[in-house]
Amino acid sequence: MKLLTVNFLTCAIKACKGSPAAFPLHFRDVELELQDVDFQPEFIRNIITRVDWEGLNKMANELNFPNIPEMKPEGEALENDQLLKDLHRFLLETQVAEGKLICGNCGHEYMIKEGIANFLLPSHLV
Amino acid sequence: MLPTPDTSHVSFDTIYEPSEDSYLFLDALSSASESAWLKSRFAAPSASPLLLEVGCGSGVVLGFVTANSELIFGRRDVLALATDVNRDACVATQKTIQKAVVERQVESQDIESPEGTPAKKPTSVALSAVTGNLTSPLRPGTIDILLFNPPYVPTEESPEIPSSSTSTSTQGDSANLSRTAKFERDSYYLSLTYAGGRDGMETTDKLLDAIPEVLDPNRGVAYVLLCAQNRPEEVKGRIREWGGGWKAETVGNSGVQAGWEKLVIVRIWRD
Repeated sequence: MKLLTVNFLTCAIKACKGSPAAFPLHFRDVELELQDVDFQPEFIRNIITRVDWEGLNKMANELNFPNIPEMKPEGEALENDQLLKDLHRFLLETQVAEGKLICGNCGHEYMIKEGIANFLLPSHLV
Repeated sequence: MLPTPDTSHVSFDTIYEPSEDSYLFLDALSSASESAWLKSRFAAPSASPLLLEVGCGSGVVLGFVTANSELIFGRRDVLALATDVNRDACVATQKTIQKAVVERQVESQDIESPEGTPAKKPTSVALSAVTGNLTSPLRPGTIDILLFNPPYVPTEESPEIPSSSTSTSTQGDSANLSRTAKFERDSYYLSLTYAGGRDGMETTDKLLDAIPEVLDPNRGVAYVLLCAQNRPEEVKGRIREWGGGWKAETVGNSGVQAGWEKLVIVRIWRD
């Protein structure tokens, strides 16, 4: 599971959907891996356009990932090759192999095993 | 004809084997008219499109669309996501996409530069396959292109969705299951791939209900496959009654049998 995935996920429990605390989900006990992906500067720029930067920034801080700017890069910053490469590594090359994603609203834990997160709910919550 | 992704690594004990409906999806999305429509809707420069296949199964549809994103969307920066209630299908899909993308890269190398060994052409990327029910793990308003080949066969009952505990207790250790237990488990997971309950629409109706929330409000579009027993004309009529400018049109069909189109692909969007 690439880290960028988390920018598009939220808690699967209906009551959490509208809650600001349900995004981003928080990582715990993660094992990360790197996997080579071809670097396309244009791809990274087109990803920057669409991500929720606040959510991304929180995730970077929780994972202690360096060099991710606090504010969404704009204008000249989008021509900064090193920044685009850092983001490429962070968003597309970093994979979560094991760990948990936790909802900040209800506390529910979603397990990640061998790179696949399980968002099925226990039967009493369906 | 674009090549169909290789699914030889997939065990079809619990996963739907690519069939006529899967191939109809490939044909409809790569047809000249539909890819022209998609290219104009997702013309660059714009944000990377986020593509989601719900109930990805073997991954044959998502692998095809991701590997051929340049022909279908006119861009190589599509982000692909998948959900399926069967964890094994998620594992299979990740592999299918990866193989399809590499195969496509090798092919385009052969065609475009017969001499030398140029750098591989960069491609669209698969983000993840997530075990989950329909679109439940997704943030509202995020999906640009949603694909769904549903369990559409009318059945007396539609099977219950696995819970987090059934999925961990029944999967991954099939070697330890008795023959009967394995048969029961496999039949259950296969039933999830086809059994649609009343009119074959019970699961599709749930997905349709989620579409206005999960799609990107400006450019989101969904493709849903229906069979004749689902009564596609009535389904399209209901979508048009959502209000807010929602449209539904048939953009692909499997040919006419006794005056009926057996399978159709419906495009659902807003202008």
